[in-house]
Amino acid sequence: MNIVVLLKQVPDTETQIQIASDGLSIKTEDIKWVVNPYDEFAVEEALQIKEKLGGTVTILTMGPKRAVESIRTALAMGADRGVLIDDPATEGSDALGTAKVLAAALKGMEYDLIIAGQRAVDDDGYQVPASVAELLDIPHVPFVIKEEITDGKIRCDCTIEGGVLTMETSLPALFTTQKGINEPRYASLPGIMKAKKKPLDTKTISELGIDPSEVGTAGAKAKVVSMKLPPERKPGKIIEADSAAAAAAELVKLLRNEAKVI
Amino acid sequence: MAEGVFAVAEQRDGKFRKISFETVSEGRRLADALGEDLTAVILGQGIEGIAPELGKYGADRILVADDPALADYSSEGYTKVLADLIGEKEPKIVLIGATAIGKDLSARLAARLGVGLAMDCTELKIENGKLVATRPIYAGKIYIEVELEGTPQIASNRSNVMEITEVQKDGVIEKVSVDAGQIRTVVVDKRIDTSGRVELTEADVVVSGGRGMGGPDFSVLEELADLLGGAVGASRAAVDAGYRPQSDQVGQTGKVVSPNLYIACGISGAIQHLAGMSSSKYIVAINKDPEAPIFSKADYGIVGDLFEVVPAITAEIKKLKA
Repeated sequence: MNIVVLLKQVPDTETQIQIASDGLSIKTEDIKWVVNPYDEFAVEEALQIKEKLGGTVTILTMGPKRAVESIRTALAMGADRGVLIDDPATEGSDALGTAKVLAAALKGMEYDLIIAGQRAVDDDGYQVPASVAELLDIPHVPFVIKEEITDGKIRCDCTIEGGVLTMETSLPALFTTQKGINEPRYASLPGIMKAKKKPLDTKTISELGIDPSEVGTAGAKAKVVSMKLPPERKPGKIIEADSAAAAAAELVKLLRNEAKVI
Repeated sequence: MAEGVFAVAEQRDGKFRKISFETVSEGRRLADALGEDLTAVILGQGIEGIAPELGKYGADRILVADDPALADYSSEGYTKVLADLIGEKEPKIVLIGATAIGKDLSARLAARLGVGLAMDCTELKIENGKLVATRPIYAGKIYIEVELEGTPQIASNRSNVMEITEVQKDGVIEKVSVDAGQIRTVVVDKRIDTSGRVELTEADVVVSGGRGMGGPDFSVLEELADLLGGAVGASRAAVDAGYRPQSDQVGQTGKVVSPNLYIACGISGAIQHLAGMSSSKYIVAINKDPEAPIFSKADYGIVGDLFEVVPAITAEIKKLKA
């Protein structure tokens, strides 16, 4: 089973995001970059499948040089090799542009299964994995909390609002990981040592045969035209009362008469 | 020349999801801004009977793709049928409710058509005849405005955000022919929650518990949520401690919710949690620690023991309802 994990490097979720002076991007200084949390589940699931069925796990990332650190983290967890598409022309890509780059890279690789996080917690786009599957013309299943592979088929439990759909599809296929599918392992010290020697190739988009005008800001079909902070919430009212019952009575009065929500 | 707005309505087992009415209502507003028609679209099997309902929310026309191949959702089948309809009718804008299925469908559809998509939008407007979409990123720490290129422009609207407005239109029903193509993904089993409790992202009221719950017994919160017809949520700390299932988690690595009323109980208010609920219309915080960051986001706060305060709130509301 040759498995490719689509991995993105994102700001740590603790980060207080600030808008850069161009008004269209975020300040990247002082950000701690981490593996997208949902992609950690994807790496872990890939490793568990490999442990069961054999094969290889390849990490595929599009991003700047610093993304090497995140690929190394996945290699330290146990993945076999990494591929980084690092090209200034991809900067400002929208989800479709990113999917084009990843799909082009995948076309040059052998894969039976592609796994990605259900979304990246920076853009919250939910878009790249399904777009990659579409561009490769393979089936995909989103929001998966359990999977089982038998005889060239994969069965996935896909979470939807208030329920679970069990879907079966043929390989090659792509699925996206939802929290709850596994507990990602930590990289061990020997793992970290070994990761340093594992192959990690860096490629440009011209090596993938992609026209720069199709990707990056130039090729984006969804263009960011402004960026703003969410509206500040007005300072609230702390309800002071002698007892829990009195505080509750006051709160209910406010919710009914002032907020009109109950 | 592309014209008009498509609003794709989601149904499950012959019942519309609440978000479908939000999508159609928002589609009506966009169509009015363009001075063009709104076409609602539904896909499924045995759904013709429910179609007229969408006329109530402003659909001029309702396209019904009714076929056994569409009985269960598959991204391939639904994408193919919707892409065919878009090719035939050439709408300017396609709006899809951003449920799990809607997110999946819109992503695959946009890639198939090679057009721009704005996912999980909280505001949509028309400027110079084109759609401009506002969507939160970083779980709501930042909002961006997005312009879309290509035809149609596709956007998905976040659950519980767009106002439902009743405005009766003709709602002319048109059954369309369906060729779902090759579907490689089949639904072999379904487990749907039948408790009747409203789903977290669709709830008007969310009562959430955090580490301060001290254990998996959330019955005081459940009682209040049931009384208000709401849902129970949890912070990441509570989920990681095993108090609640992952599907209840609100925050940057869980669900983002926008209810009318969010009641945070024993939740300190880590930045990841605040990101997931700060677009709620009203926020109430109940916490023992007066310094908890959650109070800075709350409209109303009570410093106290949630196990005393929450039952007192429940009792007070029961009195009101009596």
